[in-house]
Amino acid sequence: MNSICEFLLLSNGTSVPWAEVPEWPAVEFVAATAAEIERGGRLCAWFGVPENAATRLVAVIAFDSENTLAVGRSAPVAKSYPSLTLHHPQAHLFEREVWEQHGLVPEGHPWLKPVRQQNGGHPAVGVFFRVEGVEVHEVSVGPVHAGIIEPGHFRFQCNGEEVLHLEIALGYQHRGVEEALVGGPHLATMSQMETVAGDTTIGHATAYAMILESLAGAEAPLRAQWLRAIALELERLANHTGDLGALANDVAFLPTASSCGKIRGDFLNLTALICGNRFGRGLVHPGGCKYDLETERTTQLLAKLRLSLTEVNQAAEWLWDANSARARFEFTGTISARHAAEIGLVGVSARASGLVRDARFDHPAGWHRFAPVPVAVWPGGDVFARARVRWLEIQRSGKFLEEQLIAPPDGENFTAAALPSGDTLAVALVEGWRGEVCHVALTDSAGIFRRYKIVDPSFHNWIGLEQAMRGQAVSDFPICNKSFNLSYCGFDL
Amino acid sequence: MSAFDPITHRLRHGCQTMSFPTGQAPALPDRHGGTLRIEATKCAEGCTACLPVCPTLAVTRPPGKSVALDLGKCIFCDACVKECPTQAITQTNDHRMAVRRREDLQLGTIGEEELRLAGALDEKLKKLFGRSLRLRQVSAGGCNACEADVNVLGTIGWDLGRFGIQFVASPRHADGLLITGAVSRNMELALKKTYDAVPSPKIVIAVGACAIAGGPFIGHPQILNGASSVVPVDLFIPGCPPHPLTILDGLLRLLGKAPNVT
Repeated sequence: MNSICEFLLLSNGTSVPWAEVPEWPAVEFVAATAAEIERGGRLCAWFGVPENAATRLVAVIAFDSENTLAVGRSAPVAKSYPSLTLHHPQAHLFEREVWEQHGLVPEGHPWLKPVRQQNGGHPAVGVFFRVEGVEVHEVSVGPVHAGIIEPGHFRFQCNGEEVLHLEIALGYQHRGVEEALVGGPHLATMSQMETVAGDTTIGHATAYAMILESLAGAEAPLRAQWLRAIALELERLANHTGDLGALANDVAFLPTASSCGKIRGDFLNLTALICGNRFGRGLVHPGGCKYDLETERTTQLLAKLRLSLTEVNQAAEWLWDANSARARFEFTGTISARHAAEIGLVGVSARASGLVRDARFDHPAGWHRFAPVPVAVWPGGDVFARARVRWLEIQRSGKFLEEQLIAPPDGENFTAAALPSGDTLAVALVEGWRGEVCHVALTDSAGIFRRYKIVDPSFHNWIGLEQAMRGQAVSDFPICNKSFNLSYCGFDL
Repeated sequence: MSAFDPITHRLRHGCQTMSFPTGQAPALPDRHGGTLRIEATKCAEGCTACLPVCPTLAVTRPPGKSVALDLGKCIFCDACVKECPTQAITQTNDHRMAVRRREDLQLGTIGEEELRLAGALDEKLKKLFGRSLRLRQVSAGGCNACEADVNVLGTIGWDLGRFGIQFVASPRHADGLLITGAVSRNMELALKKTYDAVPSPKIVIAVGACAIAGGPFIGHPQILNGASSVVPVDLFIPGCPPHPLTILDGLLRLLGKAPNVT
């Protein structure tokens, strides 16, 4: 860590007194945040905390190679501040969000428009970037899509088959998750966390549990941390397998598509073997896990896991061996490493552009402190790379599970967490299957939530899909989209 | 890879589609618990132990009355089951949960300890849809879990197509809607327009706790607490999310194709 770092350092899954978070007037705060990013930092979260009639800005920065996080805040701002996006595009959506939620104008922001709220009827009503020209036409898709998929609105600016620009308008799934958390936690909070993005139940539930545990100055028992790590990898296996199948399906390569569809379900059933629910609902709670993995159940899990791993290995081999499938994936929807870093991609999409970026490795918390997971990186940044990273991760998650399942730690699975401490800020990062799940909580003097910020990996990555489509044929959209496979509700919250 | 590899693999595996509904239904995971049953006569006088643990206010006990459970609101967290000192609320391990009327999900009154499971469409609709039902899926504030487990019915293990049920890419091609999600205000217009675009006669299926009553987000000002607020619903399938078997059972019940098991 560079000694001139001015933000307060903390590690993943810990908390700091709110009063100790360094503060600057807004202009200097933006400059200080920019300086932290220039020294190798990455914006995990940028949000507002209402204070009287004004709003404080808070930045959470990750220094991945230093394995540390840093946090800073501004003095209360009433109207506007100079936009950070002008220097660091990765802030673009955060600043739009703060503008929408708190009315603070980021002066100079190049494309200030709503993120997810109502805007005169429904979310997509608003200005879209348009390319002018006699032969330019616009393709408008959604919100309801042609499949069993969540809603979103896409506008393509096309010249013939070529997409010049894509703009995605979301917000249709907005359920008011963050708003409801103020004054919490409530009785329904745990279930809401599990459904922030239902395919990332373990990721979000674990981040939330880590927040409450760190606010209480406690840690979940080791056995619970072990079980959470296992459930997290099962979630990754199911979703990555599903994605490989979906990619194969979109290039009409049916052997892999139909096999992966089935195997994905088999992986979900492994989670159900632990807790009864295929998505892991009810497993993770602040204080530990509500179910245990007894020896006999572990043996059963391991046997089924090995069978499914063999099957997915077979299905993936067909895909990699099929030149016709590879040819559709290679050099399609490319994002360079530099570009990915600039726009702040996380997770599979970042690693497929060659960035070493994985919270399990960079910011180990919970069981990952004892059982590291290697980062699966592939250069290229195209659909092929994103598929390939998923395949590497399927193999590594499988190996991780095989290693962990035979060496469970002893002890309790659950200890009731103490009450959260007051005036404290807690940060938790979990590497969900899509990428970094970031939760930040700030309590008031009584220990209840004054602000709770959730950043789903999709929040960082939708821009990646938009950028990947530039210069592609519109017919390549399905595979580009599947290669990112982002969450709508996780973005819309 | 030889082009014959996948073919020989498929031959070796044989047909991977389950034999249900002709054969036995696959077992639910042992910790799933299935639907709930409530025997209000077992409730201790004045006991309200289950009320404060329910995250969605699905369990109620109006003064002077016995305890009531609304399975439409229930997210099957089993907190009430664990809390109940007299085993008045129990898990049945039964995957069947779909009903035709919202009130059929209300349990607790003496004689209504269990769900009144869905019956088939009337003869006219069954004649129209019984052999070919095309559905348009609308996710309106869903979390992608109900969507995922509806999707899974299309995989080779379940093969929904063998019942003549298919998801289509346009409401104009559809006989009805399958709705997931709590119906966010931001999806209200799109849902209404999609419904209007489906030619009559049409049916609506609400899948999951959110689409029935709002699920974990019940009461949030940003949502409308389920599909019934916008469109008439013909089939309610509870769960968070419902197990694929529960969804399939619901669809088959509607078409009069569910196996006759008691």
